[in-house]
Amino acid sequence: MQGLRKVLIANRGEIAMRIIRACRELGIATVAVFSEADRDSPHVRFADEAREIGPAKPAESYLNLERILAVAADTGADAIHPGYGFFAESAAAARRIEGRGLVFIGPSSEQIALMGDKLEARRVAERLQVPTLGGTQALESSDAAIEAAKRIGFPVIVKPVAGGGGIGNAVVSDPVALERATTLAARLSQQAFGRGTVYLERFLPQARHVEVQIVADQFGTVVALGERECSLQRRYQKLVEETPSTAIDDVVRAEMAAAALRIAKAIGYRSVGTIEFLVDAEKRFYFLEMNTRIQVEHPVTEMVTGIDLVREQIQIAAGVPLSFTEKDVKPRGHAIECRICSEDPLKNFLPSSGKITDLKLPGGPGVRVDSGIELGSSVTMHYDSLLCKVIVWDKDRDLATARMRRALSELHIGGVKTTRDLELAILGSQEWRDGRIHTRLLEEELLTRFRSSLGQL
Amino acid sequence: MSERIEIVAPVAGVVGNIPVAVGDKIAAGDPVIVLQAMKTEFPVEAEQGGRIAEILVSEGQEVEMGAVLARIDPE
Repeated sequence: MQGLRKVLIANRGEIAMRIIRACRELGIATVAVFSEADRDSPHVRFADEAREIGPAKPAESYLNLERILAVAADTGADAIHPGYGFFAESAAAARRIEGRGLVFIGPSSEQIALMGDKLEARRVAERLQVPTLGGTQALESSDAAIEAAKRIGFPVIVKPVAGGGGIGNAVVSDPVALERATTLAARLSQQAFGRGTVYLERFLPQARHVEVQIVADQFGTVVALGERECSLQRRYQKLVEETPSTAIDDVVRAEMAAAALRIAKAIGYRSVGTIEFLVDAEKRFYFLEMNTRIQVEHPVTEMVTGIDLVREQIQIAAGVPLSFTEKDVKPRGHAIECRICSEDPLKNFLPSSGKITDLKLPGGPGVRVDSGIELGSSVTMHYDSLLCKVIVWDKDRDLATARMRRALSELHIGGVKTTRDLELAILGSQEWRDGRIHTRLLEEELLTRFRSSLGQL
Repeated sequence: MSERIEIVAPVAGVVGNIPVAVGDKIAAGDPVIVLQAMKTEFPVEAEQGGRIAEILVSEGQEVEMGAVLARIDPE
């Protein structure tokens, strides 16, 4: 299919806005869908058309595929963009969308199914001689988990086979905690993804999370667009991201890109996607998983490469070849993203709901804001806590850091608690300045210091 | 006997899981009710040890911030 005329965006918040913008630049009409709780949300008015699809609960609205397909038919949309979260990585949803003769803006349902099973994905990597952390197969019982953990050696990390977003993940150091964590992970994963199977992986202390962006069209062109460092996390969810990473040098960078390309090519991937790795202190990298969707942190890659990932993703789905080749990719400068979330860092990131009573977004040179809220918006418990993303670009990391601190100091959100002050403090910390960050740094060190000093790190 | 202690929802959410039953003995810091909000789970913990006297919510129920979820007889 050449050229899409109308895209239905099956999402909300900042990513819905982002996709509508990309469509508008491509001359594609847009249909927004929204729940009762989102009647006043910005994406509803921003799209060319909008239809209400049900109550606030995601299962009855944004995950109600039958309803969304009915809206697509009714409005004459020829494609559905799932954004991230909701059914972005549901092979069953992609299959049903394809089955209706609509374009699913993402990879094929077979590719989603293959890489969505983390054990299958690990086997793909192993077959291609991409290093992995090893670990177990699917576990039958908590006794089997304890046996396996003794063999691997504590601490181990418990992970659901299905799903993402860190749901159910837990690092455990003893059999009692392991039993509790496997039960919880199975329950959470069953609730969220309809599959309660879990497995164990060796836990790497002081590891860094570094991921490689892949773009692949339907004509066999596959390009790696450099890495993103996403080590600053809470609850296995990213908070601050940057590119390039301070964890790796050009040799490792090239090896990681080559490994990511091998995986994408081996599965015949066609869309934007991300291969996630852990990197240890000796710069050895290990395949973690593949995300078969556009990611929250995609803008940092856009800032240094000048390539619009969402536009490319839509064009790939429409059967248009990539607008660039590997030779055209010349990343320059440094980019940082801070996710501004409605959570209280002083209360263990407790979600904060309410009405946005004050909103001042930053601007000026090198600053981009992708926002899903406006003055008067309601932040409810039903959806994730991301309010907006502040992204900056500058010539090098120090300058980008100074620019981000300036931008965050301009940002004011009233009515809910946010992570802004914590992020300002992170960017002022010695660990950040030295580039000595790892996946547990925020929860194990920075947060404690933030709480006791109220702002200064 | 001293007055019962109320376990209150610190945030609006959905009751995800109730790891205790009436009559259970719990210590300070034990999770009493697990709330789900904004795609995350939050254990609401007992600030003081005691015995679970009442559980006022059920799994899947939506609760407002400040809602009383359970009561504890302190020990």
